[in-house]
Amino acid sequence: MVDVPLGAAGVPPAEVEDVELYHPKSWLTHYVFSQDAKIIAVQYSVTALSIGLVALMLSWLMRLQLAFPGALSFIDADAYYQLITMHGMMMVVYVLTALFLGGFGNYLIPLMLGARDMVFPYANMLSFWFYLLAVVVLFASFAVPGGPTGAGWTLYPPQAITAGTPGLAWGIIMMLVSLMIFIVGFTMGGLNYVVTVLQGRTRGMTLMRMPLTVWGIFTASVMALLAFPALFVGCVMMLFDRLLGTSFFMPEIIEQGTRLPYGGGSPILFQHLFWFFGHPEVYIVALPAFGIVSDLISVHARRNIFGYRMMVWAIVAIGALSFVVWAHHMYVSGMNPYFGFFFATTTLIIAIPTAIKVYNWVLTLWRGDIHLTVPMLFALAFIVTFVNGGLTGLFLGNVVVDVPLSDTMFVVAHFHMVMGVAPILVIFGAIYHWYPKVTGRLLSVPLGQFHFWVTFLGAYLIFFPMHYLGLMGVPRRYYEMGEIAIYPQSAHDLNIFITVMALLVGAAQLAFVFNLIWSLRHGREAGGNPWRACSLEWQTPVTPPPHGNFGKELPIVYRWAYDYHVPGAPEDFIPQNQPPLAGEMASRTP
Amino acid sequence: MIIVVAFLAIVIGIAAWWLSTQRIMSKPWLEIGVIDEPPGARPLPTAKIGLGVFLAVAGVLFALSISAYSMRLQAADWWPLPVPRLLWFNTGLLILASAALEWTKAQSRHANLDAVRFGLISAGVLTLAFVIGQLVVWRELVGEGYFLASNPANAFFYLMTGLHGLHVLGGLVALARVTSRAFSADEVGGERGGLRLGLELCAIYWHFLLVVWLVLFALIAGWAGDFIEICRQALS
Repeated sequence: MVDVPLGAAGVPPAEVEDVELYHPKSWLTHYVFSQDAKIIAVQYSVTALSIGLVALMLSWLMRLQLAFPGALSFIDADAYYQLITMHGMMMVVYVLTALFLGGFGNYLIPLMLGARDMVFPYANMLSFWFYLLAVVVLFASFAVPGGPTGAGWTLYPPQAITAGTPGLAWGIIMMLVSLMIFIVGFTMGGLNYVVTVLQGRTRGMTLMRMPLTVWGIFTASVMALLAFPALFVGCVMMLFDRLLGTSFFMPEIIEQGTRLPYGGGSPILFQHLFWFFGHPEVYIVALPAFGIVSDLISVHARRNIFGYRMMVWAIVAIGALSFVVWAHHMYVSGMNPYFGFFFATTTLIIAIPTAIKVYNWVLTLWRGDIHLTVPMLFALAFIVTFVNGGLTGLFLGNVVVDVPLSDTMFVVAHFHMVMGVAPILVIFGAIYHWYPKVTGRLLSVPLGQFHFWVTFLGAYLIFFPMHYLGLMGVPRRYYEMGEIAIYPQSAHDLNIFITVMALLVGAAQLAFVFNLIWSLRHGREAGGNPWRACSLEWQTPVTPPPHGNFGKELPIVYRWAYDYHVPGAPEDFIPQNQPPLAGEMASRTP
Repeated sequence: MIIVVAFLAIVIGIAAWWLSTQRIMSKPWLEIGVIDEPPGARPLPTAKIGLGVFLAVAGVLFALSISAYSMRLQAADWWPLPVPRLLWFNTGLLILASAALEWTKAQSRHANLDAVRFGLISAGVLTLAFVIGQLVVWRELVGEGYFLASNPANAFFYLMTGLHGLHVLGGLVALARVTSRAFSADEVGGERGGLRLGLELCAIYWHFLLVVWLVLFALIAGWAGDFIEICRQALS
């Protein structure tokens, strides 16, 4: 037994300084301009989910164009590129990042750590309002002359700011400004998430007792704080190029016989800046998903997480490594082959901690008491999907394999599997899991199961065939095949199939939206701890937790978050704030 | 990009050192009972840690601009700007402002409220003079025909001084708040030490801004260019 000072039953209350909470005075400061992390979390989540629905519909339009070229008269080439750009940017930045960090981060960090609120509630509130402003600016670009930018979500210069790309007049400016606002807002939120983990933990909650969800969100927040400045610098420079005529990224260009005033800039520089943000971004989305899935699996398999320490180290290692792999997005940019070799190596190395995590999830399930609840279904689906998407990542991480596959549908299939479908599955699982804590009621199970099976199977029917299309050489970003349609009829048929599936899966999300709204009133009463889980957010005296989260006294943590099925314990779970049971010390010898 | 990776390596190194003090080798599944922080480890104030994290973020921002600068520097069409004499004067102002805050911090320990007020005001005035000085430099350069868009060296100069200036302005807002607190307080240690802490945070931020400025100034003046060149040759 490790020598730990034992807290007797009558330990004095937490020595953590109790924070002075902001007390809202009116309805407006209570629900709208709220400084309560839980309300901010709901604001973030609802906004992000709404944007997700819009981005989903944009993808419908794209798919319709790919399957039935010209069938929708309002989709011309320009519109298609605008759809692509907005779909990608919305999903990656405004949905996934905002939902995982702003939504789940805000809700779960204080509750899971036994804190009353975030450490800087005012900045936290501002963070949301900056985010909303960024969203408004982004959507406003649909209404400006020329429409939103069609530069692709990577916004590569020079084409992003030269004639011929839609949205040159206004769209690109709005996009860059919106991203900059988002980053400023995120920095305020991110400071909160990181410093709350550092400072806000309740007594007994050491770092190594934090649930893996918090570890994932914490590490991802640190990464986001360090990675987003790269996008910020890139945005500022491109804005200068576009508005003030500088040439940070713009080489000499002759456009229809006239020489543009640009000259000497480096488009590659933008790629470096963009991917210095862009690759960590993948893990900014993935790490919270890893953490959440670990907790879902542990709770619903009634088993402690296998290799907790290893899981923590893997999260940290992935976070650090993800900063030295960015150039694997640039294999075809003409860089020095030695660089390619270096980045291919680091890319493959990152597969090691990732694989450790997958093994540990599987070993957690091994001989577990698996309850196939809706959150568990989503968690299991995540493991499968992430492995699938991750394996094609190993293909693409190798320079020689990547070069022929670059810019084909294979890449689209890869990243949609690994950072589209997989994190979305976790988001769904997490919402089914924590909805009872947020609202006090459970989501409908039959609707949830319907939603799960259609989404899970449908996502495979959409994205698996895309791998084949990619291997056939069907390029991404093409609005139609046109005269170069050298592809067999089967490729066209497959495109139609994918589109039909996309329409079905998209429509099935309505069941989820309906479930969210309907269960608010009519869901089954959940009680405080419907999943019989150990972590602190389920131990709040009142559900949904009021402002301040815990009652008069903060909980004291006596154990880690995964005490399921402890031999000799009266129940099959022991909450983190449960003082040591009689005889427990003796039974826990290494 | 080596510069920003090096900067990140330092940040990650600090994080790794900190993690190594956090019992990451412990086996939480075997540990039952309250684990308290080791006695004597006085926790830092939350605001200070917040500032530390923010400085890491701002540091990455500047490291990235410097990375981009050093990548662009090698091209043949790079004509460095002349270094206006005024920049030296401005640098002096910023050094004085930083020193003034350090002095004020020392005075706050002696609970000398009048000195604290004087120090805060003088630091604010010096910093404001720095910002105005930078704007005058901009005007001078524009007057001599060094426009933003006429050469990449100019573009980087305006971009980096601008970014730095904005950070200085942000700091001035914080400084103004601390100053107003100093004038409404009756004693230095009042308000649960809020004044003293705010002063300390301002001092840290000013030192950071000074270091960033010195690095940027070295780059603009062209000395760092030689240094980067030497590093590059050593690497290749």
